[in-house]
Amino acid sequence: MTSPAGIPGRPAEDRPLTRAMRADGRPATIDDYMAAGGYEGLRRALAGLRPEEVTAMVTDSGLRGRGGAGYSTGRKWSTMPLGPDAPRPKYIVCNGDEMEPGSFKDRFLLERNPHLLLEGMLLAGFATEADEGYIFLRSQYDSAAAALEGAIAEARARGCLGADVLGSGFSFDIELHLSIGRYICGEASAMLNALESQRANPRARPPHMTGAGLFSRPTVVNNVESFMSVPAIVRHGPDWWRGLSLIDEGGTKIFGVAGRAQRTGCWELPIGTPMRELIEVHAGGMLPGYGLRAVSPGGASTPFVAADRIDVPLGFSTMGEVGSRLGTGTLMLLDDQTCPVGMVLNMIQFFAQESCGWCTPCREGLQWMAAVLEDIEAGRGRPEDIGVLAEGVWFMQSEMCFCDLAPGAAQPLESALRLFADDFARHVDEGGCRYRRRRSDAPAARGTLW
Amino acid sequence: MSGDPQTGVQGGAPDLVTVIIDGVEYQAEAGRNMLEVALSLGFDLPFFCWHPAMGSIGACRQCAVRLYWTDRQGNARSEIAMACMTEAQEGTRIDIHDPEAVRFRAQMIELMMLSHPHDCPVCDEGSECHLQDMTVMTGHSYRRYRGRKRTFENQDLGPFVTHELNRCITCYRCTRFYNDYAGGRDFGVFGLRNQIYFGRHESGPLESEFSGNLIEVCPTGVFDDKPFSRRYTRKWDLESAPSVCPNCGLGCTTYPSARYGELRRVLSRFNRDVNKMFLCDRGRFGFEFVNSERRVRQARVTPAALPSRPEAETAGAARDGEAAPLAADQALDVAAGMLRGRRVVGIGSPRASLEANYALRTLVGPDRFFRGMSEADDRLVGAVLEVAADPRLRLGSAADIHRADAVLVLGEDLTNTAPMLDLTIRTWLHLRPNPVEERNHIRRWNDAGITRIKRREPSALWIATTHATKLDAVAEETCHAAPDDLVRLALAIAHEVDAGAPPVPDLGEDEAALARRWAAALGAGASPLVVAGCSSGSVELVRAAAQLTLALRRACHLRAGVDCADLVLTVPEPDSLGLRMLGGGTLVQALAALARGEADALVVLDGDLDRRAQSLLVDDLLRREVPILALSTLEDRVTARADVVLPAATFAEETGTWVNHEGRAQRYFAVLPPAADVRPAWRWLRELLVRLGRREALGWRTPDDVLAALELELPAFRGAGDAAPPAGWRSHGRKVARQPLRRSGRTAVDADRTVHEPAPVPDADSALSYSLEGLQPPAAPAALRTRTWWPGWNSSNGLHKFGEELAAVRPAPPSGVRLLDDAERGREFTPVGAPARFAARDGELLLVALHHIFGSEELSMHTPGVRELAPAPYIGLNADDAERLGAREGDPLRLWLPWMDMSAPLKLIPSLPPGTAGLPRGLPGVPYLPLPAWVRLTRVEER
Repeated sequence: MTSPAGIPGRPAEDRPLTRAMRADGRPATIDDYMAAGGYEGLRRALAGLRPEEVTAMVTDSGLRGRGGAGYSTGRKWSTMPLGPDAPRPKYIVCNGDEMEPGSFKDRFLLERNPHLLLEGMLLAGFATEADEGYIFLRSQYDSAAAALEGAIAEARARGCLGADVLGSGFSFDIELHLSIGRYICGEASAMLNALESQRANPRARPPHMTGAGLFSRPTVVNNVESFMSVPAIVRHGPDWWRGLSLIDEGGTKIFGVAGRAQRTGCWELPIGTPMRELIEVHAGGMLPGYGLRAVSPGGASTPFVAADRIDVPLGFSTMGEVGSRLGTGTLMLLDDQTCPVGMVLNMIQFFAQESCGWCTPCREGLQWMAAVLEDIEAGRGRPEDIGVLAEGVWFMQSEMCFCDLAPGAAQPLESALRLFADDFARHVDEGGCRYRRRRSDAPAARGTLW
Repeated sequence: MSGDPQTGVQGGAPDLVTVIIDGVEYQAEAGRNMLEVALSLGFDLPFFCWHPAMGSIGACRQCAVRLYWTDRQGNARSEIAMACMTEAQEGTRIDIHDPEAVRFRAQMIELMMLSHPHDCPVCDEGSECHLQDMTVMTGHSYRRYRGRKRTFENQDLGPFVTHELNRCITCYRCTRFYNDYAGGRDFGVFGLRNQIYFGRHESGPLESEFSGNLIEVCPTGVFDDKPFSRRYTRKWDLESAPSVCPNCGLGCTTYPSARYGELRRVLSRFNRDVNKMFLCDRGRFGFEFVNSERRVRQARVTPAALPSRPEAETAGAARDGEAAPLAADQALDVAAGMLRGRRVVGIGSPRASLEANYALRTLVGPDRFFRGMSEADDRLVGAVLEVAADPRLRLGSAADIHRADAVLVLGEDLTNTAPMLDLTIRTWLHLRPNPVEERNHIRRWNDAGITRIKRREPSALWIATTHATKLDAVAEETCHAAPDDLVRLALAIAHEVDAGAPPVPDLGEDEAALARRWAAALGAGASPLVVAGCSSGSVELVRAAAQLTLALRRACHLRAGVDCADLVLTVPEPDSLGLRMLGGGTLVQALAALARGEADALVVLDGDLDRRAQSLLVDDLLRREVPILALSTLEDRVTARADVVLPAATFAEETGTWVNHEGRAQRYFAVLPPAADVRPAWRWLRELLVRLGRREALGWRTPDDVLAALELELPAFRGAGDAAPPAGWRSHGRKVARQPLRRSGRTAVDADRTVHEPAPVPDADSALSYSLEGLQPPAAPAALRTRTWWPGWNSSNGLHKFGEELAAVRPAPPSGVRLLDDAERGREFTPVGAPARFAARDGELLLVALHHIFGSEELSMHTPGVRELAPAPYIGLNADDAERLGAREGDPLRLWLPWMDMSAPLKLIPSLPPGTAGLPRGLPGVPYLPLPAWVRLTRVEER
């Protein structure tokens, strides 16, 4: 995993997410963390800010949810009922079920900088007058779990967590919960069901979680990275945060690159960094012998961006220009020697396998699409199958499904049908996959993805 | 609050909004979902996961429509939306016939059918299958999927329900009903993606008492009726009629169906006031006594009773001579001869029709008419009637529970004595309003939302019984105490909520604290409700429940100015109340009259006396030299001894009326014509009356005539005749058809004998015909509707076509007529004083009755599946009392009474209060005993 590169020519505090990380790769201890200004944001809030003021700072900072949907974090917090009449207990839940294919940013942050999450959740708890926090962590994240457990123990021992935080009278504790490991648990409402020991099916809205979330009580759910962005906002102020980014969204973010690049990994970069810079500078460009064909910008559930459009700045508001979304900001590169049909098949198989089985288009539709793609890839495709795939894209639209799993799955399929129409047609016409046939004499034999 | 969509409870007038469907404006009730609205307006909109009793979850995506709205910028927008998750608000506009919505609905069916086995020709559900109907409705007909179908291994779910999961379309209705509504714990949903498995963790009988509803809840052939499938017939060949369940006193309404002279199955019939959409398993499967080998089908006469025999021989020969079958007319002659000039005692039956009981009462006269109920039941039902007559009280219906905000169950193990009250309470708990829902604008139809919230919120149910019951699991607090202590608790709560009610002396600290806590909970509500009844055997408890209700009413009145508390009382049998209302004496008085020689002939109407009186009294009766005429459906000790036996029709072969636990007279109709000599009992009695030269019965041509005479003689029954349209009802000269239009094989069935179509069996007793000619369901009035059917809607999912479950849109008609509301109110009932605190005795235990849904009821035990699930006899004790006897679980115990003893293995029941023991009621091998009673128990020493 890549170490924090920093932003050339900018001070350390300008990379608030990775600043406290140790060079040796071990989790930052509470001392490391405090040496880098850790818990200063919390102290500031506890010393003199009212909860609404903290929420206002987060709203003003323009922070948008880093889980992929990009909803304003501050606005979400502001819908929590406050005051003595609010239902109790209220909960803060951290969504650490990072299972989006190609995404590993939360893991990187949790393994290296666990206290930052605790401080972010504490601030969220303070801002919403919540009583308890849960970290819902992907089951395979053993190292992150160990780091978090250590950090929670340290924070409790230093009085940063638990009853009467830092002598302020504010009490808030955090519990770590390891997921059973299903993609659908990353859907916030399904995650709450899982936390309640119910089946991890998504919930209908209304009610919104800030009205009736975990155990039917007001709940804020945010992604790991969203919480981690909060301490610096409170410490340095929203204006400072807004100044970090290259476009007007504010802040930095962890961006990652996977695929046949020279250096795969992740980096903390300002929002608005051009995709081309991420690929060509930070990831060092493509491996010799490979050309870039397209990019899946934010995990598997975002549409492909063609290689000729990668000058786009990476931001929630900018990716629409190229017909895609920022998602998690962790790029998967599709090179010119990998079969796009095979890549989409792999993605759809994943989504079909991870469907929770609640609504029909997702449960049956994805399975059907996977079967059709399998046929096409294996040379059993028929001309009308392309139409079936297009139909699948149509009936898996957001308004037609219960949650966003199937609509997310439809995005790579939809963009692939558009960008790689020739490949699909050739598979059907030629009775199979030419990439597969060519694989044995592929130039850079570092193994293929499929 | 307006009328409730799911419970059908009528509140004030609903708030109406204007909605637009396919460009036309309609009035709809605000807050409902658009699927309900569209269906209630008569639109055909397909659905699977939505269920009228269980609301919406938005999972199947089948009810897609185009929804139009205007966004904040004022732009007209539209998208595909699920009607079931769209709230009806002012101006809500949807298009059902939008081309994209139509296309999407067809796609959803195609998706659900990817792995469906397409085995309709061999599927039990065929022709009554919601999936078939919806597939036809959406127009999906061609399969494009080429992949493998997913397959499952099926389970054996016990004697009642089949499991063929490969047909499943994953609508989640089964688990929602079984787990969320019926409270089952042994069934659920497993797996992910397109491998969703609905079943148990392993094969085994379903533990829920309501498992049979899966058959109707499932939209396709996953769960089907196992007893029916064993003698399967295509559903279009069944003849059906509206009926009432004979297996307890609630009076749930049913659609039994028959073919080839056999009753084949029972489905639920919607009843706004009683069972709504569901049935318990005893009611659904407990009908097989109708087809039993033990049925009396021929009239017969013992040789001794034949007039040709010299008078002197009769006495000795009666017991030796086998009763010989005799033509009905001849048997009637013999019977008339036997009764003529004698002082005849008549014993009525709480499971015979009101008509039959009244006919018997007419035959023997009011002074010699006795009620064939046990002494205990007789007193208890009498107390219920006394409470009902009190001008300050009104007996509640099951549906009244839905209006309550707190329920106290007093002394009743409802799951086993009145099972549908158990389900009604569970459903009420699930659907009752809740502040979290209100704060978050979660509508009552949003079932996923309310299910989640209800799991976390406190209950509103309190239960005080003699032992732990299944409903305890959903109660806020429970209390297990001896019957006298339950009376004390009820009276103590009454005193707490209403200082005017007398205090209970010597209250222990724990008793007082409990009473205060429960009084606070019940007294705080706007509409508390008390459920009590006859099964604990304590008359005092029935009265105490009524006193508590009065106290709650007064408290409510003082606080809010309204009388709101309700009282629901259970009775044991389908016509317990009707029989009690006929007056007359008790069963023991009848036996005493015979013993004293005050009567010299006996007519017994249907009912096994061994279950209603101590066996030594029955022995004594049967030894007496009194001519006995038995009008029976099933063989028992009385028919074996009777001089003349006349075969009486069961509920399935006659049209009659029963009065249920709340005084509701409901009509049930013959489903199949009686075979052989079988006739409705009132017809036999009419013939006897005529033969005896009595004029009263000359005008009795239909049950309506009998009821008219009854209403004239006993004003308490006024209105009973209006329970359903009379036998003479016709629409343009036509009756209502019992058979569907598609009934096949009319000429083929008898083709070995004749190629002509046989004439339909005439039915003088009702406005129904044994034919497919006549009115079909869409045209028949509700009380005569013979099944749920509508063109294009062949399963019970077509119920919405009749508007019945969508009550506020088109109010459902009430079922039957409540008799006790308009009857002249009687006196105030005799209040009960607080008994002394229960004290355990040395060497004796108070034996209380334990009821079993499968086993305690007589008729249902003729069903093999019910017998399979019934427990073996046992004697229940708590661990301390067992230790005192030196006995462990399974050890044989002997029960000593002055006049009998029995032995059975010990079963530890930890919840039984110290000093009490439990005896299962009515199981084979458990003799009749009036309970509660003090008894002596010993451990049987092994030799």
